[in-house]
Amino acid sequence: MRIAVLIKQVPGTDNVKMDPETGVMIRTNKGNIINPLDENALEEALRIKRSREDVQVLAVSMGPESAMKAIKEAVAMGADGGVLLSGRAFAGSDTIATARALAAAISKLGDVNLVLCGERATDGETGQTGPMIAATLGIPVQTYVQRLEVADDAVKVERVVEGGFEQVKVQLPALITVVKGINEPGFPTLTGKVRARDAVVPVWGADDLGLSPEELGLKGSPTRVVKIFSPKLSRSTLLHRQDNTGRAVNELLKFLADRDIV
Amino acid sequence: MDIQNYKGVMVLGEQKDGHIRPVTFELLNRGRDLADKLGVELSCSILGNEIEDLTEIIYRGADKVFHVAGPALAGFLPGPYARALVRLVQEERPEIFIAAATTTGRTVMPLVAAGLKTGLTADCTLLDIDDKEKILLQTRPAIGGNIMATIKTPFTRPQMATVRPRSARPAHRDESRTGLISVKNYGDSPVSAVERFLAYVPDATQEVSIEDADIIVAGGKGLKTRDGFKLVEELARLLGAGVGASRDVVDLGWASYPHQIGLSGKTVSPKLYIAVGISGKVQHLAGMQTSETIVAINRDPEAQIFQVADFGIVGDAFEVLPELMGALKNAPGRRLREGSEDNAL
Ligand SMILES: Cc1cc2nc3c(=O)[nH]c(=O)nc-3n(C[C@H](O)[C@H](O)[C@H](O)COP(=O)(O)OP(=O)(O)OC[C@H]3O[C@@H](n4cnc5c(N)ncnc54)[C@H](O)[C@@H]3O)c2cc1C
Ligand SMILES: Nc1ncnc2c1ncn2[C@@H]1O[C@H](COP(=O)(O)O)[C@@H](O)[C@H]1O
Repeated sequence: MRIAVLIKQVPGTDNVKMDPETGVMIRTNKGNIINPLDENALEEALRIKRSREDVQVLAVSMGPESAMKAIKEAVAMGADGGVLLSGRAFAGSDTIATARALAAAISKLGDVNLVLCGERATDGETGQTGPMIAATLGIPVQTYVQRLEVADDAVKVERVVEGGFEQVKVQLPALITVVKGINEPGFPTLTGKVRARDAVVPVWGADDLGLSPEELGLKGSPTRVVKIFSPKLSRSTLLHRQDNTGRAVNELLKFLADRDIV
Repeated sequence: MDIQNYKGVMVLGEQKDGHIRPVTFELLNRGRDLADKLGVELSCSILGNEIEDLTEIIYRGADKVFHVAGPALAGFLPGPYARALVRLVQEERPEIFIAAATTTGRTVMPLVAAGLKTGLTADCTLLDIDDKEKILLQTRPAIGGNIMATIKTPFTRPQMATVRPRSARPAHRDESRTGLISVKNYGDSPVSAVERFLAYVPDATQEVSIEDADIIVAGGKGLKTRDGFKLVEELARLLGAGVGASRDVVDLGWASYPHQIGLSGKTVSPKLYIAVGISGKVQHLAGMQTSETIVAINRDPEAQIFQVADFGIVGDAFEVLPELMGALKNAPGRRLREGSEDNAL
């Protein structure tokens, strides 16, 4: 069984900037991390690998050259290898164009039975890329998965939905997006780090995927960012100190009544 | 793609067990506004086997309802839903197609967008029409709500977006409205062999689902123990509110993951968010700072949560909460949860 885990390199939460002109995210190499939910996806793949004989786990990422670090980190954590999609043609891709590239990479890897993604990335926060890849590949998708049981030809999942959980069974090959509750990600091991250092991770460009530049990047993206602005969160905080007179709570109730809430 | 051939606004309604979900009415409100600005019709697609009271959708502002029926569509399965919607959109050709950013909408819309090779903007909080170009402006929070981005879909149709639940009021109900209800029977779409729905298991701890709640009471590590966290659950029960939690609380096992609010949990925007014993780290704020009103209770006057709060009480949760609950129980005429022992007041 071959499992592809899609990992996105994202800025550590405190260091993201947007170019106000183009609306494109400015990334600095410093402080980039693997999208936290993608670590859960990777851990789930490794868990399956530990529970079966025949599992190969490959980490796939699209991003700048520096995203190689994310793939090496995945190998250090236990992945068997990976591939990086990188090149100017990919820059500026929206979720549709990103999904097109990642789907092509999965096809090119061949014989992938299961694709695992994070439910969403902390930078884009769309949660769209996974389902769009599934649609492009024509395979079933399940999202918000917090439990996963894999058999030879099918996978049973439990997804977190409004007010409860849904249990669904889908045939393989399939794409699953996972939530944080699914597991506790592990750490790189010493032998893993040695393997990561020696691992040869291919870098594929648009040509390798058989995609034309028109299908990728800004040209291949149906959406355009037209404006970036700071949200007006003009909250003027009324602060009260709790004492033993009951005044703070009374003020709170008055405040809520004024706003017609409680 | 000749974009001139696409006309009208379509929203995706949602149902559960044949009942229309209230989030549908929020979408109809949004959709009506957009349709009026463009001077076009508003339609609502809704999928499922048997659905009660489709005229309600007309009363809430739709000119047309497309009920897509079929055995494969009784419960939500991404594949059959997406295939039916792609077909419907190809038949009806709306220029705008929006859905709620629920677990259903956020799953099916990317499939539909990919199927139609058009763009999709996730989790919008603001939708508007560009006066000159007559196209949809989709505004969404990005990077944990720290910036807003406005996005458009200039070259392809439909222009698609999911809209964050509770970011608009439900549409006004008007029984004098009339409209057309048509059933699309895509009965030939077979029950999928590759996707099978097994069961829905309600979560007792989410008796009031966080996504649907008007009020959320959320607790953090300041509650000290699992027993301490029960105070938060008690206040929530009293207010008919959903229970939220910080990540630390979930990691400690005082609440389960579906209750986690924040960057790696859920994003919510209820009318009222009460944060108790939560420090307000950026990762938590990312999930709740767009709430309409925020109340914070924290012992530390410097706690970051106060920076996004409208009302704060600096004090010990173990004093403030019992006092607050006492006052709520004794206050006549307050809108407490139906069926609670104090409702007789
Ligand atoms: C990649 C990443 C993703 C993350 N995702 C999330 C997420 O989705 N959601 C999330 O919440 N966090 C998330 N975090 C964690 C986040 O950074 C904080 O660690 C977490 O939110 C802190 O939880 P807390 O406020 O309950 O605990 P603390 O930070 O320990 O705060 C406890 C607060 O309680 C107050 N307090 C103590 N005793 C009392 C009392 N008796 N009465 C009143 N107040 C009291 C204290 O003053 C303090 O402010 C994430 C972190 C990372 C790195
Ligand atoms: N550039 C990328 N490279 C690899 N995986 C990605 C990329 N973008 C998105 N993904 C995957 O899709 C998920 C959802 O991302 P998003 O749609 O950006 O919220 C992530 O958690 C990843 O698993």
